[in-house]
Amino acid sequence: MALVIFVAFLALVVFWTISVYNGLVGVRNQVANAWKQIDVQLKRRHDLIPNLVSTVKGMMKFEQETLTKVMEARAKAVGATTVAEKGAAESELGRSLGRLLAVFENYPEIKSNQNVLRLQEELTTTENQIGFSRQHYNDLVMRFNTQQQVFPSNVIAGMFGFKTAEFLEIEAAERAVPKVDLSLS
Amino acid sequence: MPSARPELWEEQSRNRRDTVLLILAFVALLVVVGLGIDLFLLARGAYEEGAPAPFVPIAAPVALAVGIMQSVGGFYGGARAVLGSSRARPANPEDPREKTLLNVVEEMRLASGLPRPQVYVVPDPDPNAFAVGRDPEHAAIAVTQGLLESLDREELQGVVAHEMGHVRNLDIRTMTLVAALLGALVLLSDFAARMLRFGGRGAGGGGGGGRRGGRGGGGAVLAILFVVWIVLVVVTPLLGQMMAFAVSRRREYDADAAAAEFTRNPRGLAGALRKLEAAAHPTTTIGRGSAHLCIVDPRGRAINEREGAVASLFATHPPIAKRIEILEKMAGARA
Repeated sequence: MALVIFVAFLALVVFWTISVYNGLVGVRNQVANAWKQIDVQLKRRHDLIPNLVSTVKGMMKFEQETLTKVMEARAKAVGATTVAEKGAAESELGRSLGRLLAVFENYPEIKSNQNVLRLQEELTTTENQIGFSRQHYNDLVMRFNTQQQVFPSNVIAGMFGFKTAEFLEIEAAERAVPKVDLSLS
Repeated sequence: MPSARPELWEEQSRNRRDTVLLILAFVALLVVVGLGIDLFLLARGAYEEGAPAPFVPIAAPVALAVGIMQSVGGFYGGARAVLGSSRARPANPEDPREKTLLNVVEEMRLASGLPRPQVYVVPDPDPNAFAVGRDPEHAAIAVTQGLLESLDREELQGVVAHEMGHVRNLDIRTMTLVAALLGALVLLSDFAARMLRFGGRGAGGGGGGGRRGGRGGGGAVLAILFVVWIVLVVVTPLLGQMMAFAVSRRREYDADAAAAEFTRNPRGLAGALRKLEAAAHPTTTIGRGSAHLCIVDPRGRAINEREGAVASLFATHPPIAKRIEILEKMAGARA
């Protein structure tokens, strides 16, 4: 009788371990996938920018500097290798793009151009997609890390050497609404 | 803000259970009709000479087979049927407005972590939207042209997020099946009614001719059709009520909450609902059988705007004002 109870208990523990382990692996893969999604969006942003810049270049009398800054930031972001570098460069690119889109408000010609409108929509959705991918990524990281830290699943996580994932911080500057630059420099 | 996982699981298992119950109820209904016909044949056979001695039920097994076939067909083909009946067409990426829609759907797909749904546009000037499909891998989101024209980007995002909420909670499975099975019942009762009228003219007599054994098969068929028709006529509206129950107001509130979770911006959906409320014209292209699928009731809104037990019985949707209020509260808590 005691043996039966012991074996049943052992089987229960094994099943529970398997299910927790599989759950952790599942979330880890989701986290990795979410990370890849962000990369896809960033790549898309890099591809869109030259198009936009060349379309509006002729129509913009002033603020050529803003355009140059966008292109520079893009070059930096494309060339970035480490995660830290990438994060900084992409943030800078997001900021300069925000400034460029704000500057469009001064140009009725640009605002009514079909081509620009199309590109602007593409850029808007890319920015949003980056934001939502990041949001989803952070949600998953939160779930993944919590699972590893709460009892009793932390025992399994520790046993198999799961590591907590890192949050993608959103820079305050990038979230702020871009200010329209009125100086005619 | 972490999404509440145990609750999510609850939504999904509730929908899985509802789906099974729906199919069982539908098949049981058809079998009851079939048994009625069999009993009628049995009773008739007892009065007639030369009837085969051991009675074999025919109608009940046929009804069982039809019910199962319809359920399977509704499960796999229901989404296509609903989209077809509302004359939805795939969104065209060349059109600027529909391109924006496609982009917004992509954004919400990323926010929810769900597979990419198909996107359709319904040619109707009244703003409305719905989602169908048997699971997130086979989901479709449809919005009307009126919706695309009247909402701004933020509001459109809210509506799409609400529909993605239905996809994630697996509401789409239950709701699509309801549409398909109710559609099948309406078709059957229409068919029975038409055959009855047609048969009545052919036999030259009224509906009461069924008892006259001398006329042979004509009378019997007529009587059977009459029984089928009566049962379906009585039961279809009842099933409509059940549907209103099944598609409880809670589902809409849950989808609104999911929208807020995906967009982190409850004001977008609140603004959209305000516009949808203002445009309270019936959406004509979306049939009665699909009303429960929509973000706001396409049959005109009066019945859904009241609170209380009686209103809850007949309404498929919660009052829009209440939904806006809840969303505004969420927005306030966030700010």
